[in-house]
Amino acid sequence: MKRRNGFLSTVYAGLIFLFLYLPVAVIVVFSFNSGRTTTNFESFSFYWYVRLFTTNFEAQAALRNTLILALSTAVITVLLGTLAAVGIDRLRRKFTERIALSANNIPLMSPEIVMGISMMMLFIFGGALFNQQFVLGFGTVLLAHITMCLPYVILSVLPKLRQTDPHLAEAAQDLGCSQVMAFFRVTLPSITTGIASAFLITFTLSLDNFVISRFTAGPFTTLPLHIFGQIRMLVRPDMYALTTLIFVMMFLLLLGSNLLQARAAKRQNKHT
Amino acid sequence: MEKDIIIDLRNINIALGGQPILQDLSLYIRNKEFITLLGPSGCGKTTTLRIIAGFLQPDEGQVIFDGSDCAGVPPHKRQVNTIFQRYALFPHLNVYKNVAFGLKLAKLSKKELHDRVTEMLALVNLTGFEKRTISSLSGGQQQRVAIARALAVRPRVLLLDEPLGALDLKLRKDMQVELKNIQQQLGVTFVYVTHDQEEALSMSDTIVVMDEGVIQQIGTPKDIYDEPKNAFVADFIGESNIIDGIMLADLKVKFAGMTFTCVDKGFAKNEKVDVVIRPEDVDIVPAARGVLPGTITSATFKGVHYEYIVDVQGFKWMIQSTDAYAVDDVIGIMIDPQEMHVMKKSKYSDLIGDYSSFSDEFDELSNPEEDDDE
Repeated sequence: MKRRNGFLSTVYAGLIFLFLYLPVAVIVVFSFNSGRTTTNFESFSFYWYVRLFTTNFEAQAALRNTLILALSTAVITVLLGTLAAVGIDRLRRKFTERIALSANNIPLMSPEIVMGISMMMLFIFGGALFNQQFVLGFGTVLLAHITMCLPYVILSVLPKLRQTDPHLAEAAQDLGCSQVMAFFRVTLPSITTGIASAFLITFTLSLDNFVISRFTAGPFTTLPLHIFGQIRMLVRPDMYALTTLIFVMMFLLLLGSNLLQARAAKRQNKHT
Repeated sequence: MEKDIIIDLRNINIALGGQPILQDLSLYIRNKEFITLLGPSGCGKTTTLRIIAGFLQPDEGQVIFDGSDCAGVPPHKRQVNTIFQRYALFPHLNVYKNVAFGLKLAKLSKKELHDRVTEMLALVNLTGFEKRTISSLSGGQQQRVAIARALAVRPRVLLLDEPLGALDLKLRKDMQVELKNIQQQLGVTFVYVTHDQEEALSMSDTIVVMDEGVIQQIGTPKDIYDEPKNAFVADFIGESNIIDGIMLADLKVKFAGMTFTCVDKGFAKNEKVDVVIRPEDVDIVPAARGVLPGTITSATFKGVHYEYIVDVQGFKWMIQSTDAYAVDDVIGIMIDPQEMHVMKKSKYSDLIGDYSSFSDEFDELSNPEEDDDE
């Protein structure tokens, strides 16, 4: 009976993984297809990869745009969010703190489409104030992504700050650090894991965002927007190659961060 | 005398969150002395320490360090260092780097720095622990690292905020001796905060007893124990029977319906007073020979002695004796004149009653280990 249960649960888990990864697997496999169709695999080749990097300039530009946007979003949001978290952490009044946290959570709950439309309206309205007709572009989509990601950074950094003994910074000051130095030397090292995961989250959120980008990017093309634009005339297999590359990249990023965390945990427990 | 004062607190007032924490506190600390701020949770002792360290600015009053006013001097520019309640060691640095932290900021040469760290680790018996992580150390070892880290920068004054609170009893006793030795060896002024009266009595040169932001008494451990100024001090430091009395004249005090000869004088005629008699200073004798008769209502064996609660005319006394008696025994008690201590009435007189509701358990509950009065 027991063995049977074990067998069933293995099958069940196997099915789950199959359904989770089958779509990705199909794309990965067909990205190496020398033919155009997704119905039969003709022969293994790097044709679409080569094509992607030699002739598909639109996709290349979109990829470059997306990476620049995601990186800028991540860097700026993490900076702003960490500062905000430090500020919230130092709020002495519980009431003010609750208000700050609720204000932080509202954008998390509101649908992307609402945020997308409202931000587009805001940008256009703001542009109209300065007699600018075409305001939408890299700047606006960046602002929109920052707004979208900021709450996640605060939610990921604030708990780390809470876990940090407030006496640590005081001890550093006591030993000769100014207040600012104490933050960099003592507080920052104890919240790095939170900051790193905030960076990963914002990077991926920005990388694959479609709805908010659609409303605020204007003529600026990100990869999701570009791929969506192609659906009308059937997605070409070089897009399979591109998604495969992105998938591998995200997989490596995740693997790397997990390894780092595991190593940190091991170092912590080394002697205990 | 005046020259030897290192820290002078003058008329310090501070309120936190609308709550007055310290009220007109004045205190001077002599160079190289071991001074203890003693009091229950929330009495303002930690606040006093944080004011000296520079983490809090008093609303009123001055902090004079070595002759100059400290107002506005940030913590990192003061020649005082603190040992925090839960050590506040830097978890991302190993033992060596923790101790070297302040020295690096002081820009010592590499060799000097290494020598100083080695010397400090030797001082606290942690030679060989340089590469260990903080989380791999026991509580006692972490405590030692904290001491080494604070002393490495050669402070003039070391502030210790309940440093032994988190350690078990045996370790605490060992560390008490060790801390006292380090203090004498280095000649550093120690300002020590604790709620543990035994710790205060055994380590300090001077004890400052505080309650509700007000200094109740300053004195040597012996002064504080033998000549408490009011009922709070008498009750907080050790066990004491505090009895309502009337000072009939100099050297004559009346309580429990009897007139006794005492050694105190200088009170008004027929002034109402508190009389303190320590449990170990009362002699139990056969009922016929005692000055006051009493009935034993409870007896507890404490190892060195027995602890009795004795009903004397409805007032419950605590008496310690090495002789064995049983509950309900009728006994007599004797008190020598020098064992009575007469105090003026204070606001605490009515708050502190007899031992009728006494139990060990209750005593511990009202003496919490942690003390966060920030």
